[in-house]
Amino acid sequence: MLKDQDRIFTNLYGDKSWHLDDALARGDWAGTKELIGRGREQVIQEMMDSGLRGRGGAGFPTGRKWSFMPKPGKFPHYLVVNADESEPGTCKDRDILRFEPHKLIEGALIAGFAIHAHTGYIYIRGEFYQEALHLEEAIKEAYTKGLLGKNAAGSGWDFDLYVHRGAGAYICGEETAQLSSIEGGKGLPRLKPPFPAISGLYGCPTIINNVESLAVVPTILRRGAPWFAGLGVKDSAGTKVFCISGHVNKPCNVEEELGIPLKTLIETHAGGVRGGWDNLLAIIPGGSSVPLLPKDICDTITMDFTSLSAVKSGLGTAAVIVMDKSTDIVYAIARLSKFYMHESCGQCTPCREGTGWMWRLLMRLAKGEGTFADIDKLEDISYQIEGRTICALGDAAAWPVQGLLRHFRHELVRRVKKAA
Amino acid sequence: MVKITFDDQEIDVPAGMTVLQAARLADVEIPVFCYHERLEIAGNCRMCLVEMQGAPKPIASCAMPVNEGMVIRTKTPMVDKARKGVLEFLLANHPLDCPICDQGGECDLQDITMGYGCGTSRFEEDKRAVPPKHLGPLVKTEMNRCIHCTRCVRFLEDVAGVPELGVAGRGENAEIQSYLDQALTSELSGNIVDLCPVGALTSRPYAFKGRPWELTKTESIDVMDALGSAIRVDCAYGAVQRILPRLNEDINEEWLSDKSRHACDGLKVQRLDTPYVRDAQGRLQPVSWEDAFEIVATRLKTTPAKKIAALTGDLVEAEAQVALLDLMRGIGVSHTDCRQDGAALDPRYRAGYVFNSTLAGVDEATECLIIGANMREDAPLLAARLRKRYGTGALRVSYLGASLPTHRDFTFPVERLGEDPAFLETLLSGKHPLFERLKKAERAMIILGQDALTRPDGAAILGRARRLAEQCDLVKEDWNGFNVLHNAAGRVGGLDVGFVPGKEGYGTKRILEAAAHQEVDVVYLLGADEIETGALQNTFVIYQGHHGDKSAHVADVILPGLAYTEKDAHFVNTEGRVQKTQLALKGPGEAREDWRTIADIAKRMGTPLGYENVKELHERLVRANPAFVKGHDLGPQPWGAFGDEQAPLDKDVFVCNKTPSYLSNPVTRASETMVAVMAALKTPCTGKGGCAHG
Repeated sequence: MLKDQDRIFTNLYGDKSWHLDDALARGDWAGTKELIGRGREQVIQEMMDSGLRGRGGAGFPTGRKWSFMPKPGKFPHYLVVNADESEPGTCKDRDILRFEPHKLIEGALIAGFAIHAHTGYIYIRGEFYQEALHLEEAIKEAYTKGLLGKNAAGSGWDFDLYVHRGAGAYICGEETAQLSSIEGGKGLPRLKPPFPAISGLYGCPTIINNVESLAVVPTILRRGAPWFAGLGVKDSAGTKVFCISGHVNKPCNVEEELGIPLKTLIETHAGGVRGGWDNLLAIIPGGSSVPLLPKDICDTITMDFTSLSAVKSGLGTAAVIVMDKSTDIVYAIARLSKFYMHESCGQCTPCREGTGWMWRLLMRLAKGEGTFADIDKLEDISYQIEGRTICALGDAAAWPVQGLLRHFRHELVRRVKKAA
Repeated sequence: MVKITFDDQEIDVPAGMTVLQAARLADVEIPVFCYHERLEIAGNCRMCLVEMQGAPKPIASCAMPVNEGMVIRTKTPMVDKARKGVLEFLLANHPLDCPICDQGGECDLQDITMGYGCGTSRFEEDKRAVPPKHLGPLVKTEMNRCIHCTRCVRFLEDVAGVPELGVAGRGENAEIQSYLDQALTSELSGNIVDLCPVGALTSRPYAFKGRPWELTKTESIDVMDALGSAIRVDCAYGAVQRILPRLNEDINEEWLSDKSRHACDGLKVQRLDTPYVRDAQGRLQPVSWEDAFEIVATRLKTTPAKKIAALTGDLVEAEAQVALLDLMRGIGVSHTDCRQDGAALDPRYRAGYVFNSTLAGVDEATECLIIGANMREDAPLLAARLRKRYGTGALRVSYLGASLPTHRDFTFPVERLGEDPAFLETLLSGKHPLFERLKKAERAMIILGQDALTRPDGAAILGRARRLAEQCDLVKEDWNGFNVLHNAAGRVGGLDVGFVPGKEGYGTKRILEAAAHQEVDVVYLLGADEIETGALQNTFVIYQGHHGDKSAHVADVILPGLAYTEKDAHFVNTEGRVQKTQLALKGPGEAREDWRTIADIAKRMGTPLGYENVKELHERLVRANPAFVKGHDLGPQPWGAFGDEQAPLDKDVFVCNKTPSYLSNPVTRASETMVAVMAALKTPCTGKGGCAHG
């Protein structure tokens, strides 16, 4: 359990104002000049030591990502902040943007300094209207106070930050598709290599970070890497904002230590599962794209990168979707499949043709019109999509289906038998 | 060089290659759909997945750069399964309509499915239906068959420079379409049919005309523009069914312009298939060759040589031109000209009328000045090459000439120098920065087009362009930056054999004037159709050619000839490169090879030409110009004081060619397809003064 003094997002619920004055009172922008004054290598080293892993879903160590940035050359470097939070079940960045925008802006400045970028773009999801207004207002406040722009926060580093609004495509949350979208093109993921750190926005070296990853940076630097590394468990350091939704009594966002038992998380912060823990059917622990976990695993599992991947799921964005026994689990996963079919960009063959096929098969099975062959076919197709595409949307579409087949095959078989 | 291993076969390949390119070097087959070596890499079909040692997932070989010590496996169960999976996905929504699909027999999807597919489909859902798209008279669409490889989109965007196609929609609703349902305006649009790996885009004029295995394929040379692109003529049922490009890196790479590709339906209609003679009532009556020879020979014999003139047209091969020249000179005629458009080309120095830098030389050019050439009309593939070079960032292009219609304007930024030829004087005085740039550039070129040379002050412009080339030091030992861009396939050949006015002879303009005043009584037109025929009302006109076009209407005797697909004939392209067409099918009716007709007339007149077979004729060509020697290279050409730099320039601004390229010769004018394209291109013209594009 996280102690109150270790909380990073002290205004996560918007109890206080998000404006600059209150943010300053909460400690944001405190000594930013000194933090940057430590120098580039020191900042990156500190981030590596803290063990912070990207909060956008893939969990790539943030410090290491920054260290991939080449030395400044002919072309400018860019920082892109991924605020296109669209993963079903996830709403952590939204509250950060709404209530703690200055944490993000300060983090962006430090990251920009660390990667030699004078320009940053915040790509914010089109549906986040109020959030974009807050963010723009907050950026304006920062400019007025000299915290952005020339010699930002007196650090000697020039940094400009822009808000770019998306138009509501899930795929634009994929980092390379986001770059295409900022450039004014269609949001299509790009081939890697070359990685964005070598050739990203406008073909220049670019680092793309999630909102939460950047928003925690200033606090980590202020309180020191050992403090952050001391929280959480091995390979999953620090705190994380969990988004708990679904069949719980009090759905909420809550900042907690990584490695907290899932059951504790739900019972302490979300008021428990509707109808009691024994009414639990399954939980998707990290946003719609990770495989679900049945109750028996949920009883004991802890919320960190290592233990969740050990049970063939993932921490993802830490969006915990709880489903009690009233859930039609096949239909629920079919609904997720429909989402991925709708959001597939249509570039690669397996994802374009396969996501719709999986949805149709699942709907047949959900309605009890499927056959035994359909179950095997569904499994085979999901593995034909996984790992065969340019970006991870193919994987994201395949995993929920694989989770269903892994843990609820008996339910599919039951429906086929019943129809027969 | 890096070392890379394919299935236990080790090979050294240049660094910077992709795995797929390396595999092709190693003769390892990797199937692809979206990859094309001349287009940007898309990596979206996922057909080229292979296993890379150390990678958890299969990699797309088309996009993965090679690394030292890489180990690639292409025959593992994982690769096999990935390929079967991709093919199953592609075929899931692909209609099984191969029996009625024009791509059948030359379809990548068919071939690759045969090689790597699993034979059956497990797809039991309803297939997706995609409405066909309207892309104009050249490209027929059947979008159900589309596999979204985006080759067409990438070609139009990158090579043609006209982004008229795109992918609209997302996921399984993604569709290739022109955004506003408009016909393609690109002059290279036919290439997307070749690029389409399936039958989604097929050739509309060729629709249901034949199957690939029924066609007789003949490798030949195109004459619709002066580039001499390499083509393959596909014939069946006694007619040319379609024309496709062949690979020739020096000229057309692997593309072909729409005009060259689609004018071939004009070869079937309006053909002259028997000799005609105009009777007393003024009607053309069919006659035998014997009678026609008799009439022509008598006429030529009884008319004083000073009152005879001969003109040759745009599509006439060197053989016929040299034969007619010999016939005319044999009876003392000196009013001969192959420049029916009146272009001020100077035949004395070959460097003064060819494209000296060569077309492939564009790939090295760093600075280019275009004077009076409508590149996309006159030589679409040269325009595409300039664009390609511009894309590397190494070439800067400036343009002095008429303002161009929107759909034929440059596809990349050029420096516009206005429409006034007087700018040449400014340039020559060294007052414009371009002068220094041309001088300092490593590889600078000047391209002089026919819109400039056909002006009344053409010789003045030619002379000034020559002096500019000299002053800017463009003519070096290993590089000649002075280039004339022709738009007629027969022109350089005509100049090479010397089909120009003889001693005291008249040029085209004077011949026509003299004919109007009855100073000239007999005019021999060898395929010359683009002249003012009104001047020939009271002249005895002998027309020899293959189409019943403008000049045939005023002819008193018509001698039917063969088109370029029906004979083995030498053409010299704008670079001065001698190439040969191949006989693909027989000509219609009694039409004969033109040089044989001329030789027979000469024999009848008692002044034989001195050659009776192809070998002797070729020897005559070589005597006329060493360029015709077999295997002759494009070396440096003689340079001299061509043009007239002293003559004054006209005040008139440049205008673009009065005849749209799609209607520029008898074949295209007879072609229904070309007329349909013109109708589809109803874009209003922005060109000023006398332009007929609108």
